[in-house]
Amino acid sequence: MNNIIVLPLVIPIFTAVVLVFLGNHIVVQRIISIITMLAVSIISFVLLELVQREGILKIAFGDWEVPFGILFVADTFSVLMVLTASIVTMLCLFYAFSTIEKRHENMYFYSFVLLLVAGVNGAFLTGDIFNLFVCFEVMLMSSYVLVALGGEKVQLRESIKYVLINVVGSSIFLIALAYLYGTVKTLNMAHIAERVAEVGQDPMLTTVSLVLLLVFSLKAGLVLFFWLPGSYVVPPAAVQALFAALLTKVGVYALIRTFTLMFPHRPEVTHTIIGVFAGLTIILGCLGALSSRNVLRIAAYNIVIAVGFILIGLAVGTEIALAGAVFYLVHDMVAKALLFLLVGMMLYLTGEKLIDYMSGLIRNYPLFGWIYFLAMLALVGIPPLSGFVGKVLIGKGAIEAGSYILLFLGFASSLVVLFSLLKIFLSSFFGETIITNEDKKPFPAASMASLVAFSFCIAGIGIGAEKLLVYVLDAANTLVDPSVYINAVLRES
Amino acid sequence: MEQVMMILIGILVSVATYLILSRNMIRVIIGTAVLSHAVNLLIITVGGLKTGNVPLLGHGVEPFTDALPQALVLTAIVISFATTAFLLVLAYYTYKTNGSDDFKELRGMTDE
Repeated sequence: MNNIIVLPLVIPIFTAVVLVFLGNHIVVQRIISIITMLAVSIISFVLLELVQREGILKIAFGDWEVPFGILFVADTFSVLMVLTASIVTMLCLFYAFSTIEKRHENMYFYSFVLLLVAGVNGAFLTGDIFNLFVCFEVMLMSSYVLVALGGEKVQLRESIKYVLINVVGSSIFLIALAYLYGTVKTLNMAHIAERVAEVGQDPMLTTVSLVLLLVFSLKAGLVLFFWLPGSYVVPPAAVQALFAALLTKVGVYALIRTFTLMFPHRPEVTHTIIGVFAGLTIILGCLGALSSRNVLRIAAYNIVIAVGFILIGLAVGTEIALAGAVFYLVHDMVAKALLFLLVGMMLYLTGEKLIDYMSGLIRNYPLFGWIYFLAMLALVGIPPLSGFVGKVLIGKGAIEAGSYILLFLGFASSLVVLFSLLKIFLSSFFGETIITNEDKKPFPAASMASLVAFSFCIAGIGIGAEKLLVYVLDAANTLVDPSVYINAVLRES
Repeated sequence: MEQVMMILIGILVSVATYLILSRNMIRVIIGTAVLSHAVNLLIITVGGLKTGNVPLLGHGVEPFTDALPQALVLTAIVISFATTAFLLVLAYYTYKTNGSDDFKELRGMTDE
């Protein structure tokens, strides 16, 4: 029965391979990919319910005894991430149908999206740190292709930097793994956690944890986000939205996993550094978002701000704060994808990137304008939309732990988010329209469907917060008390 | 033996760092390839070099060599080969479309 854990990884990979053989049948590819993502979403939901009923599930591949083989572990946190990632991907695919160019679709676009999802889901579900590396690589390899696909001048220029940075990052990840294996002689995350707790987190292990912090910060865009605004804005809108929703969040997930499960014993070193990093990320991200008049860059810097905000939750480390981090992570995956899809649609409709050349979009496309307004409110954290509960919980945790500087930075960043998004809203949506009725492009129907579905999601997460909080609190409970996870993986069979 | 390996790894990492910091695209890519080799050697060395027999059940020959680092390195090698191959193709196309393999010329304007 536990075999269901592996399906969110296996189904997308299998379908991706099948789609390669359907190279010329674009419509068939579309239908199959959307059905696949729907199936994965349903399976993750079933898995979520199963985890609630039966506790943390695991599957050891090839029935190897637990610390020795490779295994997948499904706890509420990881399954929640898988579910969100799958739903976001499904909606982004809908958006892609009407906006992506034919030359992308002919170059196995859907296969690479599915491989990306497989890597992301694998990274969420794996219980073995070397497999985390492998899933990262699966995910990164398809992201390299998706950044470069299309082969425009800017895309190639930015993708080579993106690839090089990530290759070096992966090497550093392996260095950390080598020293970790040399010290604790195991790669199973629960087993590492147990051994680290047994021998105490000595300076050697703390150093290893800091190298891991460096690597995951690079992937998550925590402080080391210099590559992010360049490479996230070059691919087509649907891909940007996928990247914004999934790639950095996998880094954040890995950070939370590492510093709650494996290395929680020296919070005065590790968590302080994470706190400083989170504060710096928020400040630098805000400066970036304020300084730009390019819609794509404003959106990209908003990713950075959100990453900083989520990691306040980890730096504070109380149960409430971690629950807030998990909730905000779910919200941010949905809301950031929506923001990028909206921004991409603005580009498609007007052909302009700078807000100075757009005006009056809400007169031509009223519903589009209102969805942007809704997304803006959600990202700022206005109740009852999705951002609110996460912000409140993280704030509450920060007050409990007395981290007032982080609390101030976090809530001040909301104002900057509001300001930067309002800047787009006022100058691009309000004012005199510059698009005449003859020039007005028809709004692609499938994209509108996807945007509406996304707005229902953010409203649903906000209004149904009570339902979601059950899962989130369970996830935070496991994060605060790693022995739950360790016992579930190592003891019970 | 481990000490010798560590010195070799140190040399490889410094060579790789030097190459990665250069401006030429191909040199940077070679740098990443060298770095990945250094890391692979590090995994093997940190896991313990060959100290005994193959870890087969029922042979009764002590001590055993840990086989896991070799499996890890095998995976890491495959991944680094794939990324290096991809990088070389990407570099070729970047050179062809942008007309330069110098990173200083590939910086690009912030708002274009």
